[in-house]
Amino acid sequence: MREITLSKAVNEAIAEEMRRDPCVFVIGEDVAEAGTPFKVLSGLVEEFGTDRIIDTPISEPGFMGLAVGSAMTGMRPIVDLMFGDFLFLVMDQLCNQAAKTHYMSGGKLSVPLVLRTNLGATRRSAAQHSQSLHALVAHIPGLKVAMPSSAYEAKGLMKTAIRDNNPVVIFEDKLMYQDKAGVPEEEYLIPFGVANIKREGTDITLIGTSSMVQVAEKAALILEAEGISAEVIDPRTIVPLDEATLLASVRKTSRAIVIDEGHQSYGITGEIASRLNEKAFYHLDAPVCRMGAMDVPVPFSPALEDLTVPTPEGVATLARRLVAGEMLHG
Amino acid sequence: MAQAGKATAGKANSEEYLRMYTQMVRIRAFEDQANQLYLSAKMPGLTHMYSGQEAVAVGICEALTVADKITSTHRGHGHCVAKGAAFKEMFCELLGKEEGYCRGKGGSMHIADQSNGNLGANAIVGGSMGIATGAALSAKQLGTGAVAVCFFGDGATAQGLMYEVMNMAALWKLPVIYACENNGYSEYTKTAEIAAGSLTARAEAFGIEAHTVDGQDVLAVNALTQDLVARARKGEGPFFMELMTYRYHGHHVGDINRTYYRSKEEETLWTTQRDPITRLGDWLTQEGLVAAADLEAIRTEVAEDAEAAVAYALAAPYPDGSEVDMHVYAATDPATLQPGA
Repeated sequence: MREITLSKAVNEAIAEEMRRDPCVFVIGEDVAEAGTPFKVLSGLVEEFGTDRIIDTPISEPGFMGLAVGSAMTGMRPIVDLMFGDFLFLVMDQLCNQAAKTHYMSGGKLSVPLVLRTNLGATRRSAAQHSQSLHALVAHIPGLKVAMPSSAYEAKGLMKTAIRDNNPVVIFEDKLMYQDKAGVPEEEYLIPFGVANIKREGTDITLIGTSSMVQVAEKAALILEAEGISAEVIDPRTIVPLDEATLLASVRKTSRAIVIDEGHQSYGITGEIASRLNEKAFYHLDAPVCRMGAMDVPVPFSPALEDLTVPTPEGVATLARRLVAGEMLHG
Repeated sequence: MAQAGKATAGKANSEEYLRMYTQMVRIRAFEDQANQLYLSAKMPGLTHMYSGQEAVAVGICEALTVADKITSTHRGHGHCVAKGAAFKEMFCELLGKEEGYCRGKGGSMHIADQSNGNLGANAIVGGSMGIATGAALSAKQLGTGAVAVCFFGDGATAQGLMYEVMNMAALWKLPVIYACENNGYSEYTKTAEIAAGSLTARAEAFGIEAHTVDGQDVLAVNALTQDLVARARKGEGPFFMELMTYRYHGHHVGDINRTYYRSKEEETLWTTQRDPITRLGDWLTQEGLVAAADLEAIRTEVAEDAEAAVAYALAAPYPDGSEVDMHVYAATDPATLQPGA
């Protein structure tokens, strides 16, 4: 199978869907000739023109609002939000308007839009360009949230997101744009709510989102060398969440660590761990543990920033203790 | 009292005038009933009365087609009625009943009537400005020829979103009309205390043609809107209208003692001297276009309709509890998610 970058995968997904459906268009800052600062959309304006790849002023709430209205009236916009940190700017339009319109109208109106944005620290971009804010939107009923972990997922999930009749927020890890993975030439879509078992194991389940899937896989390799068999699962979408696959794995392994790059407190790790505790408690041999980003604003200095995110070594260390039956507390 | 729109007066237009009169009376009757529902504790929550501003909604919506879109506000019953909604479904919605426009899930502040092009009221002040502008973007992209009207109050002009979307609408010549209903008060505060400079000048700064019109004169509002809608359809938009009007009630139905922010004398002046329904009615009879008795008959019939709709809604069933988690997500046909679909 050919290998392409995550950036190219996203580009292909959007181009294919724009060819398929004339109602799909892209709107955001510097999406046309610039192709976004990460060059993810390069070449699209040449094929689709500026009527469908629309450069906006630096007005995030404004173009988010336009997208909501256009989605309500027959179009399928892809909103390009340059950095995930700018979610705070579009919260009213996304969470009060887009997320609630279908429900508040008793099902009469719908808002089929995609908000593509990014997450991920360790790019030395400091506190306002490094956050992983998916938990904020996952908290709001009415939004779906996809978190691709490789080029393969990025393409398949993006295509599904564009065809979904709801507002979907899709978070790409900005450090993974140049990472390559096998992506078929032929068309495929990845359904929402179907987790991917990346690696089978028997002693502990490592659940990772986005780039934390790679962290979990690296941790699994470390553990394998020590005779510990780790299962690695990528939920792929956190809303909807494939709870059944996660539960089945934990019932088998009896231990789990949930790894995510959002802040640990009140985040995705806590939500997933809590569901596993509630529904697999009597299968557990150890508490389900969370590994999120530290509860600090992302610092600039590399010496500090690298301390804030989960690492393979950190995951392996915790896994080792869980498998050994060590008391973590008390 | 002068009617700025009377250039178009004449027997030929009597039907339109009577329709506008009727629609204004319908809004007033709806609000009178809604107020009674609140005062008699039969309505859950509270609501914001449109009474006094009828000429704005009716003058504008009578210049639109069903395909044209509007976005509305927390004070939205008038827009909803003017765009063609039925009393029964509206009262059912106000009371949280299953037969309401939104199956009781929206309530007073979120009534949407998609069948008539009403994209919904909005409980975030200024929250619908992007939606209206987006509807205009769709109309342009899809080539439908439809126009979008964004209703908002003077209070909403303090929201930054307005300036972001007006900028884009002007850059892209979108067929949207920003209809600012200036009723003089931003909730419990005089607009003069929260708005610097001129509201129309703010639109003009983006190169948007802006008009100020007497919002109590339905014919003037309608004449201006007819012109702007026709021009917007030709790609000459966007436009901005400031409609000078007045709300007869408080910010919401519970805002009874309000002399601390506006005087009873001022209220009396507007209700007795500038009432949009009385003004149109007086003019119609003075011009000999209709007999006073006919207007009386309209008012009686509308009042009876409203009363019957309220009785119906009071007796109508609530949604079944099983609906609580219905409509959180729209369905997507699985067949469309297949490769090659």
